[in-house]
Amino acid sequence: MANRASPGDPVVFLRDRTRWQWPEALPWILAVAIFFLQPITLNLGVQILITIIFALSLDLILGYGGVVTLGHAAYFGTGAYATGMLSAHLGWNEPISGLLAGASAAGIVGFVTGWVLLRYHGLALLMLTLALGIMMSEFANVTEAWTGGFDGLSGISIDPIFGIFENDLWRRNYYWYSLIVLFLVFLACRRIVHSAFGRSLVGIRENTQRMRAIGSPVHLRLVTIYTISAFMAGTAGALYAQVNAYVTLDVLSFARSGTVLIVLVLGGTGRLYGAFIGAFLYILIEDELAKEYPAYWELGLGFILVLAALFFRTGILGALESATGLFRRRAP
Amino acid sequence: MPGFVTAAVSIFFDGLAYAMLLFVISVGLSVTMGLMGFVNLAHGAFAMAGGYVTVAAMNMLGVPFIPALVLAFVIVAIISIPLERLLYAPLYKAGELDQVLMSIGIIFMAIAGVTLIFGPNPPAIVLPDFLKGQVDLGFKTFPTYRFFMIIVGIVMVVVLWLGFERTIIGAKIRAAVDNRQMAQAVGIDVDKLFILTFAMGSGLAAIGGGLAIDIVGISPTFAFNYLVLFLIVVSVGGLGSLRGAFLAAIVLGVIDTAGKYIWPEGGAFFIYVVTVAVLLVRPNGFFGKGETE
Repeated sequence: MANRASPGDPVVFLRDRTRWQWPEALPWILAVAIFFLQPITLNLGVQILITIIFALSLDLILGYGGVVTLGHAAYFGTGAYATGMLSAHLGWNEPISGLLAGASAAGIVGFVTGWVLLRYHGLALLMLTLALGIMMSEFANVTEAWTGGFDGLSGISIDPIFGIFENDLWRRNYYWYSLIVLFLVFLACRRIVHSAFGRSLVGIRENTQRMRAIGSPVHLRLVTIYTISAFMAGTAGALYAQVNAYVTLDVLSFARSGTVLIVLVLGGTGRLYGAFIGAFLYILIEDELAKEYPAYWELGLGFILVLAALFFRTGILGALESATGLFRRRAP
Repeated sequence: MPGFVTAAVSIFFDGLAYAMLLFVISVGLSVTMGLMGFVNLAHGAFAMAGGYVTVAAMNMLGVPFIPALVLAFVIVAIISIPLERLLYAPLYKAGELDQVLMSIGIIFMAIAGVTLIFGPNPPAIVLPDFLKGQVDLGFKTFPTYRFFMIIVGIVMVVVLWLGFERTIIGAKIRAAVDNRQMAQAVGIDVDKLFILTFAMGSGLAAIGGGLAIDIVGISPTFAFNYLVLFLIVVSVGGLGSLRGAFLAAIVLGVIDTAGKYIWPEGGAFFIYVVTVAVLLVRPNGFFGKGETE
């Protein structure tokens, strides 16, 4: 007998949300078009792709789990340093396993720190993520023998992917590599947020007490998504290390944690595609402005942040949504 | 006196001078965050503004050092009032994320504004003669300026303590920090109180910025570089707590100085370890309100 679901059935609700819609093809078409038309250098394209992965990982915990963090670079940096050190010190140069190893290292750090951190909330959590992030950065600074400290970690040499596609100067191969990694990460994110588990995260974001009251294992759920998020942030970091073949303390910096937060919020949180729009615009505009007019770039960015916080709290995508109703709204 | 004792005294002395600087800048942040729970990352921008007002007053107008500090206090306190009304007030009930973003935005604008006006390099001032040189305390000599810092810090602590504990306004502030709704219910105008403390706190930070010129130096990125330290002092001490901010400033100032002295490459590591440890055990800081979980 067929499973006939009524319109109010949660299975129908989740299935409807999971269905792909035509606008969702746009970013991927754009990404492929950028490769062939090259309106921007592919090197910049790779940077955008890595930033999207990083911002997506933040969206899982911030946009869905409701955890505000000022130290997400800790996991990006862990991934970058793990992959970099495996290559520089142990000669582990195979790219795909190196990427997974870096991501796993970040995932493990994410699990351990998340287990402790997520027992706190509010300002204490904010300060703990901030202090922990900087502590990691200082730790990398003092363990100079392994990380290269302030001078950075050099000596990373990644083998060609599948023994064929090497990291050429124009990033032709690494553009595809990054795009495929992004696509896989995105598929995972999309699957997660539309699952029952993803809906329970939204529940925790909106009303933690109530989720506890109905028996949801809040801490476990948050630790789970935090670990997944750290794994993905580590993926972005590992990719960064492989592309640049060089890692500096910058990967762990507070500035990086702040930037990814800005990128995501300006794009729009809790929507996955906010990470795409935010990263694309931020990196493009930064590349145009920051080198030539750093002071005006900062002035403009600061102004936009203040305006966004005061008037456009849903980011670009949120503003677009309310303007056109193009994408379906997420549950309130 | 054995060498290590002199070294220890000297570290403690330097640490104390640094701690006073941290206290003067952070105390306003502690009270305003305690009052409104606003996560204000931009507090250092007011300190930086104070530093640049001091520089401008001394180098362009020839104002002496101490009057320049007073001027910095007054100007920054006045500027902070419209900023509070326009930018901070609408977000008191908003989430932490919006407050964080807005204050990061203010930092960026402050950095850009100062860079455009004063250029990217740290400015220098010429200290008055009575603050130059060394003070001889019998067993060791200390830089006069650090000695001055400690005295200024102690005076501030006493004045603020008296203001907090012995005046009506201080009592109102304490009441509002403890329980804002209750304070409002008994007729305390918390909004007005907040404007006052915000202006005072910004003014104090401005004095701190002026004092910082000759100790840690100021530059356009000052607000960003020290943001974490001020927030740490506030959260380790406990929001809205004067003695908490004082104790935290001393603990962190001395540990940071000692750490950098003993282990120059990794010194900064210590205070973050201490911070994480304190916050894990006491999420609301030494003297924070509310029960710990």
